[in-house]
Amino acid sequence: MWNWLPNDTFKDAASMRYLCLIHLDESRLAAMARDEVNILDARHLDFNEGLRADGRFIEAGTLEPASGTACVRVRNGRASITDGPFAEAREQVAGFCFIEARDLNEAIRLASRIPSANLGTVEVRACREPIQPRRK
Amino acid sequence: MGDRPAADVQQAIDGVYRAESRRVLATLIRLLGDFDIAEEAMHEAFAAAVEQWPSEGMPGNPRAWLVSTGRFKAIDRIRRRAKYDVSLEDVAEQIESIAAEPAGDREGVEDDRLRLIFTCCHPALAQDAQVALTLREVCGLTTEEIARAHLTPASTVAQRIVRAKAKIRDARIPYEVPGRGELAQRLESVLRVVYLVFNEGYLASSGEALTRNDLSGEAIRLGRLLVELLPEPEAVGLLSLMLLHESRRTARASSSGELVLLADQDRSLWNREQIADAVRLVEAALRSGGAGPYAIQAAIAAVHAEAPSAEATDWNEIVGLYGVLATLDPSPVVELNRAVAVAMRDGPAAGLALVDGLLDRGELADYYLAHSAKADFCRRLGRAAEARASYEKALALTQQAAERRFLEGRIAELAK
Repeated sequence: MWNWLPNDTFKDAASMRYLCLIHLDESRLAAMARDEVNILDARHLDFNEGLRADGRFIEAGTLEPASGTACVRVRNGRASITDGPFAEAREQVAGFCFIEARDLNEAIRLASRIPSANLGTVEVRACREPIQPRRK
Repeated sequence: MGDRPAADVQQAIDGVYRAESRRVLATLIRLLGDFDIAEEAMHEAFAAAVEQWPSEGMPGNPRAWLVSTGRFKAIDRIRRRAKYDVSLEDVAEQIESIAAEPAGDREGVEDDRLRLIFTCCHPALAQDAQVALTLREVCGLTTEEIARAHLTPASTVAQRIVRAKAKIRDARIPYEVPGRGELAQRLESVLRVVYLVFNEGYLASSGEALTRNDLSGEAIRLGRLLVELLPEPEAVGLLSLMLLHESRRTARASSSGELVLLADQDRSLWNREQIADAVRLVEAALRSGGAGPYAIQAAIAAVHAEAPSAEATDWNEIVGLYGVLATLDPSPVVELNRAVAVAMRDGPAAGLALVDGLLDRGELADYYLAHSAKADFCRRLGRAAEARASYEKALALTQQAAERRFLEGRIAELAK
């Protein structure tokens, strides 16, 4: 008890970083017409620009299909490489958006505007370190 | 006041604890920014009250005294800790920010209670964690009480609460009442928790006890608090629905603990005061225009509550209300209930056709009440073999002891 300070759970005004992982059904994506994909891409770029203008944008990207995955494990100093471990999952990580937000509620608000949220699932994960060191 | 006997003051402090401890906690969480620190500060504040009030007299505003004492106790702790840990450079700043924040007037304090409810029921927390945290922080139940009510080991409940608090901290779930744009959706998850707590007490999904009054009572208290703080139509609808269920509690089980169906209940045992209260609430919810699934379910329960007997029930009205519910909140369970109402209005053959259709779709294949309803229709149509087979399917699908005895009774009757 009392072995730490108030951590400002609800108080600290500085932002947190949240990684929004976009999970999509790749077969559904592959079935989309070329111009549908172009429209989706354009909407993502718009979304990113909007975040940038608000000072909320860190980085974003679209991933190549999960079939191109390499998984690396190092055990006893030896690396073993395998392909993707997610055979049974219907949705794969297809993109990400790394954002700054005041708290989880704001991050959820922003994530719900990611255009691909209409197609799949956006996983919103808080990033551990605060974005700025505490003010001295 | 200073010369009141100590026992009187102790009694008064107990009263203040019961009436105000949750409010004090809700405000301290906002001021101190952390659940555990706030709880510790609150207990220290009450300990200080026990020490000081008998000699100094009770303060004019005990709650404000407790909040400010709790806050200064917390600041004291931080100061003392800072002496031993020079790395805590921003301690002074934190103390200032804690001390500078207004403790809040009456309205602000009620906002703190809402903040606490919305934070405990945040949809990013697992449902069982939302329930445990709400019972612990908002209702003030102990971990042991929550564990007993849920037939769960206390260590499991404690772990759920610790994890939920860690998530609030680490993912930074804010201590706030959601804005207008998100309110409806967030309220839904609050109401779901309240209704889950109520049903846990009312239905007792396993074990011998048909009802666990404590939890139902707690849920109704929560429902009232919510209506008082945020009188949204669905909150009002849920409170009405819970009161209507509750009004039938004594009629719902026979003296030997057997389940009594709605149609067979002694309606003179229904609590008329609760029914009148509930009807007034549901009418207000329906008039407001924002009625959702809870208000419609309450309206259905109210039609039953006002009927002199099962036969004299306005089944046409009930079929219509289930139709509305099916468009607001489509689910096979709602369709099953509508089928039962249709059977009451148009006869068991009409009900059987609907239930067979539902079972054919496969969605209710594992739901004992679907088989139990089918069994009942077949029994009334004189199709004993089919009735028996369906009662047995239902029996295989429920663990609830009173429900099992009821089904076994029906099977025995058919064998005669």
